[in-house]
Amino acid sequence: MADLSRPFDVLVVGGGNAGLCAAITARRAGARVLVLESAIKDFRGGNSRHTRDIRTMHQAATEYVTGRYSEEEFWEDLRQVTGGETDERLARLTIRASEELGDWMAANGVRWQKPLRGTLHLAKSNLFMLGGGKAMMNAYYDTASRLGVEVAYESEVGEIDVRDGEFFTASYGGSRQEIQAKTIVIASGGFEANIPWLKEYWGAAADNFIVRGTRHNQGRMLKELLKHGAKPVGDPRGCHAIALDARAPKFDGGIVTRLDSVPFGIVVNRDGRRFYDEGEDFWPKRYAIWGGLIARQPDQIAYSVLDSKALPHFMPSVFPPLEAGSIAELGATLGLDSSALAAAVKEFNRAVRPGAFDPAGLDHCRTEGLDPPKSHWARTIDTPPYYGYPLRPGITFTYLGVTVNEQARVIMQDGRPAKNIFAAGEVMAGNILEKGYLAGFGLTIGSVFGRIAGREAALYARA
Amino acid sequence: MPAPELLKEGGRQMTICNACRYCEGYCAVFPAMEQRRIFTKADLAYLANLCFDCRDCYYACQYAPPHEFGVNIPKLMAELRTETYREFTWPAMLSGLFKRSGLGACLITGAALIVLLFLVLLFMGRDVLLTTHIAAGAFYRVVPYAAMTVPPLIIALYGLTVFLIGAVRFWRETGGGLSTLLDGGALWRATRDAFGLTYMKGGGAGCDYPGASFSQSRRWLHHLVFYGFLLDLASTSVAAFYHHFLAWQAPYPLLSWPVVLGTVGGVGLLIGAGGLLYLKWKSDRDPSAARMLSMDVAFLVLLFLTSLTGLLLLALRETAVMGALLIVHLAMVAGLFITLPYGKFAHVVYRYAALVRYAIEQRRMESGAR
Repeated sequence: MADLSRPFDVLVVGGGNAGLCAAITARRAGARVLVLESAIKDFRGGNSRHTRDIRTMHQAATEYVTGRYSEEEFWEDLRQVTGGETDERLARLTIRASEELGDWMAANGVRWQKPLRGTLHLAKSNLFMLGGGKAMMNAYYDTASRLGVEVAYESEVGEIDVRDGEFFTASYGGSRQEIQAKTIVIASGGFEANIPWLKEYWGAAADNFIVRGTRHNQGRMLKELLKHGAKPVGDPRGCHAIALDARAPKFDGGIVTRLDSVPFGIVVNRDGRRFYDEGEDFWPKRYAIWGGLIARQPDQIAYSVLDSKALPHFMPSVFPPLEAGSIAELGATLGLDSSALAAAVKEFNRAVRPGAFDPAGLDHCRTEGLDPPKSHWARTIDTPPYYGYPLRPGITFTYLGVTVNEQARVIMQDGRPAKNIFAAGEVMAGNILEKGYLAGFGLTIGSVFGRIAGREAALYARA
Repeated sequence: MPAPELLKEGGRQMTICNACRYCEGYCAVFPAMEQRRIFTKADLAYLANLCFDCRDCYYACQYAPPHEFGVNIPKLMAELRTETYREFTWPAMLSGLFKRSGLGACLITGAALIVLLFLVLLFMGRDVLLTTHIAAGAFYRVVPYAAMTVPPLIIALYGLTVFLIGAVRFWRETGGGLSTLLDGGALWRATRDAFGLTYMKGGGAGCDYPGASFSQSRRWLHHLVFYGFLLDLASTSVAAFYHHFLAWQAPYPLLSWPVVLGTVGGVGLLIGAGGLLYLKWKSDRDPSAARMLSMDVAFLVLLFLTSLTGLLLLALRETAVMGALLIVHLAMVAGLFITLPYGKFAHVVYRYAALVRYAIEQRRMESGAR
């Protein structure tokens, strides 16, 4: 265990991707660095341990990406998903800086995977970590330990002493020990695991949210920073939430509990009624609205209903679907009003227009005279056995954060940058991503701003 | 027949992996898994034998213990492999040997030593053990040529038969007539993957062995064992050729082919088996199965002792301890080869068969994708 009584140059709060990028960078710049991580060692790495790939700008295809992904393409993709709600200056900085991430990460132990079947749809823009995010975090922790970064697990930071935009000490751990450091890098994520906080915006519905990632993202540091006068960014209500198998564990279910079945059948609520166009667009472009849609249904539950024709067209989920020989029976199995479900399926089947079904394209299999309509991939549900998956809103991350500048310095309410307080990762991602999401972009923001924060913190501390 | 709980557990963990697929770059298990949605007993036997126990997936797994999903693929696969070995072996009454590898190896080797010693004392007299023998035919004055060749041949043929039966059973069980085996391309790819230990490379990084950091040492040590073993087989074959066709009797000069091949192979085996034993000793027990570990250790110890006694015999063959050493060495060889069909060596057969099946499957899929 490190000597924690001596002041550190850089205190990094949160041992996820952004935190480790900051710690490694600061350490390489000669700083004495301490990382405080809330989780036990096995669960270190926050939500980064559940990640798979990172979006980077690159000039040409390599062994690991299938083509050029230019700054303009990247920017255009980002502009589209955010609807322009982004700080273009910081966004472009992130995009440009992402170009060197592939090499930097590899130099720090991260290994890449060649494009395979499961990764091909993103293989032009995204680099895939061999083994995924936990393998990446293992590599970072190995590198950090080799460089002499101190790490303390099970060390949640409670309060930070900040006066007039300057950080002095932090208290951490159960015994609330004080730690002194010349600078602090806050990389402790959002507040999506803090159900009481979510309830401020969602009411009792938040009790039925499932948290896809770590239980440790309580938003404690975010709250501290805001309390001490940091300028907020992003919609406090905003969260990225998807349709998740309702049988998922409350926390840390990660990738395997998501359900991609929605476009291939219908989705009904507790009362057996459809409530949204299941085939509005490609699933990767729509999956992130379904968390919110389900959150607004009674009891925050919905059911994906399919027949056996649909089964081969989506990734298997970790829980087997509930199965029945008839729709009425399926309704009973799902705990729904059987006649309501049967009526919904009948009404849907009657509205389906003939067409050439094509799961790979926006086909013209659609309904007519149905409200809400189903615009693509609409096929009658008529081939037993029938299947059903219960769905809940699964929250991935929150958008509320603190404003930062190009040096990752936290901006205070009065517009001045904090002296020695930096932020990286989810806690400041709202500067760049005020809504929407681009696959692999969370890691990009965390890595770019983690490195900037580490560099600037070391610079300040050693000046 | 694996216990129903083990099969159920296998299906449960594979279903989790199949919904995640983060590990697909490490080895053949995951791409093979992605071809399936349900996991039958036969699927699990196939996948388990594709697993080279590199453990990369274990340390990369977001669902590994203490996560409530408790995914531990290396351990699961090792448990399933021991079941494969037991299930497909012949005769069924001897399959229990897989459960008690350590004890079996000790007892059988010990018995071989006692029987050999007894026979030598009975037929050759004590004096042969105390005298220095040099010149052609020296070894055969302690153990006659026929006694040194006929029983091993019988044991080897028996072992081959057991493995042939096992291979055929495994192939049929995992889905495919024997005719599908006659696939040159697949056999070539499987052979290349086997001889190069492709799936101990973990997608380039190596194994997480003995602990949670990548290393190529296990792969290189395995190469030493494997090629050492082959060199020793080659040495024996050349010696047999000399004996029968050139009427040239052992011991052979230090710079003859049998001695050079045997020495290089023996040193390789010694370092390889010794190194692997060291890695096993240091290895993280969480992703391992106790029964497989004891099977590994029993086999490696026998390999190590066989090559150690063989090298000692070479070094001391012109002294009075040659007779005693020869008996000890032959006892080790006997122990090694008698237990061969009922121990870790079985992995050679089933892994290779699984690799062939994988090569066939992958090519079918690739051509289907086009």
